Order: sequence, then C-alpha cells, then structure tokens
Amino acid sequence: MSDIHGNSVVEGVGLTKVYGSGNTEVVALRNVTLRVARGEIVALLGPSGAGKSTLLTVLGLINPPDEGRIVIEKKLVFDGQLRVNARTFRRKHLGFVFQKSNLIPFLTAAENVQLAMEINDASPREARSRAMELLEYLGVADRANHLPSKLSGGQQQRVAVARALANKPSLILADEPTAALDSVRGRQVMELFRDVAHEQNAGVIVVTHDHRALDVFDHAFEMEDGFLRVSSTLDKEIARRKKI
Amino acid sequence: MNLALKDIHHNMGRFVLTTLGISLLLMIVMGMGGIYRGLIEEATLLVDRVNADFWVVQKGTRGPFAEISRLPRNMEDRVLAVPGVLTANSFVSHTVQREYRNKPLRLTIQGLSWPADRGEWLPLIAGRTLGQAHYEIVADKASKLRIGDKIPLGKNIYTVVGLTHRMSSPSGDAMAFLTRSDAQAVQFDLPGEAIRNERTARVNRLQSIDLGSIQPQMAERAAGNSSEIPALGTSMVSAILVYVMPGYDKAAVASKIATWPDVSIYSHDGQRKLLLMGIVDRSRRQLGLFRILLIIVSCIIMALILYTLTLDKLHDIAMLKLMGARNRIILALILQQALLLGGLGLCIAYFLGQWVFPYFPRRVVIMQEDLIQLSIIVLLISVLSSLLGIFKALRVEPNEVLS
Repeated sequence: MSDIHGNSVVEGVGLTKVYGSGNTEVVALRNVTLRVARGEIVALLGPSGAGKSTLLTVLGLINPPDEGRIVIEKKLVFDGQLRVNARTFRRKHLGFVFQKSNLIPFLTAAENVQLAMEINDASPREARSRAMELLEYLGVADRANHLPSKLSGGQQQRVAVARALANKPSLILADEPTAALDSVRGRQVMELFRDVAHEQNAGVIVVTHDHRALDVFDHAFEMEDGFLRVSSTLDKEIARRKKI
Repeated sequence: MNLALKDIHHNMGRFVLTTLGISLLLMIVMGMGGIYRGLIEEATLLVDRVNADFWVVQKGTRGPFAEISRLPRNMEDRVLAVPGVLTANSFVSHTVQREYRNKPLRLTIQGLSWPADRGEWLPLIAGRTLGQAHYEIVADKASKLRIGDKIPLGKNIYTVVGLTHRMSSPSGDAMAFLTRSDAQAVQFDLPGEAIRNERTARVNRLQSIDLGSIQPQMAERAAGNSSEIPALGTSMVSAILVYVMPGYDKAAVASKIATWPDVSIYSHDGQRKLLLMGIVDRSRRQLGLFRILLIIVSCIIMALILYTLTLDKLHDIAMLKLMGARNRIILALILQQALLLGGLGLCIAYFLGQWVFPYFPRRVVIMQEDLIQLSIIVLLISVLSSLLGIFKALRVEPNEVLS
C-alpha cells in the first residue's frame, strides 16, 4: 500500500456509487478507500459485478461517484462534485487501457499514439517523434504505419499502452488489458505495466482476473459486492512468487 | 492531424459514392437554375437581338409574343413618316411543324424586311445571310437542318443558306428566318381547293347582291387572285419594329405614335418585361419550387449520411472524449467532412453539368452569380446537415468506450 503522507498518486476515500433506484438499485461501490503511490502497480481482483470496473471509471473521472473524495496528484478533484474539468484532467494526468484496444480504426499505430499527444497540444513533429519512441519501447515500432486492423491482438494492446503513456500520465488505469490475449502475451503486457510503473514513476491500477501474473504487482486488492479489501493472502502470494 | 481526412481516406469508397450521389442531386439543383436562366435567355433572345427602340403592336394587345397582334403592312409606312424614325421593319412570327426526313420539324419562322434586313445581325455559324427575295431560309442548328437542305413549306421549296447558333423562340423551338413576304406566304398558305372554294363563295356573294347583277365584270374580278382585288386588304404583320434616329428624343417619337388610336407602343424594356412576366414567370416559380424542394431533399440526405457516418464513429468519439479531446476536435471531424462532402459534391456537379447539360432539350445557362448563390446554399446545408451528427456526437459519454 502507498505512503499516505505524500507519495500517493491517487487517493479515493469513502467512494460510493449506486446505479438505478428502487427495485433496480445496484450498489456498485460501498465506502471504498484506496491509495496508490507513485511507481506502484496494484491489482484489483474479484468476480464479475464486484465493482472493479466501476472503481476504475470513478477514479478515472469518467463516472463520478455519489459520495466520497478523490485526490489525484495532491489535487482534490472530487468531493461531492467535480473540482476540475474532467476531460482536461484526464488528458493531462491519466492514461487508460481496456480489454479491447479501442484504437481509432482509421489511424495507423503511430498516429493513434501521436493523436493522444496532439490532443494535449504537442506539435505534430514532437508527437510523432515521441510516438515512435514509445512504439520502439513497446516493441512494435516495425508496425508503426499499419492500421489497427493489420495488427495482432497483442500488438494492438501494446499500441494502446503506448497511447496511454503518450502524455506521461501520473496514473494509468487498465481494465482487464490481457483478457483478449493468450497467457504469454498477457504476461508480457502485465510486465510492461510493471516496467512503466517502476521506470516512469507512475501509479498503475490493473483490473484483472488472471492470477498467473500476480508476481508483477506490488499489491493486490480484492473486491466483492462493492467492498474493497486488502488481501493479505494475495500479498503473501505475490511475495512468495517474487521470491521464486 | 486532420481526423476528417484520415477517416475519409480510410473509407474512400463510401465517401466517393456518397459524394457522387450528392453531386448528382446538386447537379439537378444547378440544372433547374440553369433551365430558368435558359428560359429567360430564350424568351428575350429575339427582342434583345433585334434591339428595336420600340415595338408597335395592335391596339390593346401585349405584342406578338403574348397574343395575336395584327397590323396592316402599310403601318410600316405610317411609322416611317413620323419625324425621328430611322427605320421601321414589319415583324412576322409564327410557328410551323412539318415532317422532314421522317422526323417532326418544328420551326418558329421570322420574317425579315428584305432587302433592308438580310439578317446581318444573326449569329451565323455556317453559310450566309439571305441573298435573294424568295426561297431562301436561314435556320438555327438546333433544327438539325444542314446547308443546302431543301424544305417544302406551303407551296414553295426553301433552301437552307445559313445556320445560326442559339437562336431559339421563347417556347424553345429553333428559329428560321425568311424574307417577310415568304414568311407571310407560309403563314397564309391555303390549299388549292380552299382557294377555289373561297373564289366561288366570293362570286356567289357578289351575285346575291345588286352590284353583281349590275356589273358582271366584277364577278370575273372576284373570281381572280385576292391580291388583285383592291377591296381586300393586304396580309397582316404582327408588329412594327421602330428604330429612332440618333439624337432624336425617343420618348417624343413614342408619345407621338402612342396617340394613334389603332396601335399600342412598347419600348424595348417594356416588351422584354412583358415577355418575362407572360412566358417565364410561371416557369420561374415552378422551377424555383423544384429547386427549393431539391435543396431540402439534399439537406435531408446529407444530414442522414453525416448522421450515419457519425453513428459509425460513436465509439471512436467516446474514446476521443475519454482521452480528453476537446469538443472542437470532434466538431471539426464532422463539420469538415460535411463541408468536404458539400464542396466536392458541388465541384463534381458543376463538371458533370458541363458535360450533361448540352444534351438537355432546353438551354441550360449556368451563370456565375447562380454558382455563387448555390455555393452559399451548399455551405449552409453542409453546416445544417452536420448539426444532427454534431448533436449526437456531443451527447456521447466517454464511458461508452466500455460498452
């Protein structure tokens, strides 16, 4: 868990999110508190419908909570109402990766990465240069000028990671990024996130069902019925696997 | 990075087909305007070409293009006697339809006051003007006649000696120019049997009154050529074209003739206005309505196309929003595609029109001011039609990426 006194990149305190009302009411998050430090990669595990993806969208300012407080990069961004322009904040501080790569189909791999930077006011030349660097770092530079439809699932996901990293975000939110990949590719992507967290000093939260790659995480949380709890069992398992 | 162009490049086939469809619609809109302009040009062509200062017509009528106007031929001499009148030419105009080379041949015949007027003012593209008093004809090339063709009209055969370009009557028929006497011969031609019957009826009428019994020689006279009977008037003309001497007050000449109780007089502009009000106005309104309907249809189709294109991209738009893209980036994506669709559609419509319009049966005149007007309309409908797509795009939530 993170250092509460200053190194946390994200703090969510008392987060509650309810969908629907009356008979159709579903409580997706129940008083969830979570802190992630810079350079830390944490896993969110749990069964389907436990509230993992909701927590990610809440922390990503896509879906504001009903109650609670969110601080990102020491800036209060939500305390009952949004305190920042969510879109601008996402652009500058957050990176997202999903189960599907969600690459823009009419842009090449490099252009997809470049676009994220141009949206953030980088010059085309600068954006192109950094996009190539990122693709090189992620091992898909040779596919830079290919459309997403011409890339394999693993390559697409790597490009999506490159896009998420483009603006050097302080927090990366990944929702089941390896679900569509085989175990080898899946592990590669998870290791990639670990490297990004450690090398780029970013906080990374990964929602996953895959227990096989637990050793890449610094910590793991379990979610069930909207409750988040620190799993000492999982943390011990992580420590054990790391030793191996 | 221009997302609109990237998207178009990726979906080139669909964009090309859509643009082609829009351009065909715009070509029809353009064509409607062109037909209207063509109608005006054809309607006023003759009036503008002859460029008379005044048209003298039968009292109370609106001139030869609006209704039947009949004036005695000697009206030409009366007008010439008015101080300040340079020339006065009688104007004969009527339409004939004959069978020629197994095809219908429709001509609007104009009589020229030969030898004063041999048709030097006609826009000849082949041959020459009228060189003799009879049996020659100058026709417009729209009639499909060729130099040397021999056309039977009435009891005579006329040889085509010249061809004009774009000389059509207000009703769109090709014009043909004969000498006035030949034009009248064609206009008043009667079959031999009808002439014989008329002569017999004339003699019978004479014999049924006292004069016929008292003067038997008159019966002999009555049975002869109508032109040799002084009691019968000469053939009528439709109008007299008046040209005023340079330096003379045109208004004074017109007011002098206007006092005559048997004629009405119109200026060149007056005759033009009557033509436009009478012949073109209803067509203008009809074509105008068609244009408005087509513009509305184009706008709806463009809106539907752009809306569909936007729907196809909703997921990508949600992703752009999730990445933090400003609304203007998303607006530009839709609006630029709409403007490109409209702009390219208009250009293709113009070039297609240049190729297709000459094959239209009526003249299509594309004027620069109409093109500018249509460009502004296309600009407006491009913006309007993109509103639905923009509205949809702006309502997309970033969390739709997750769906």
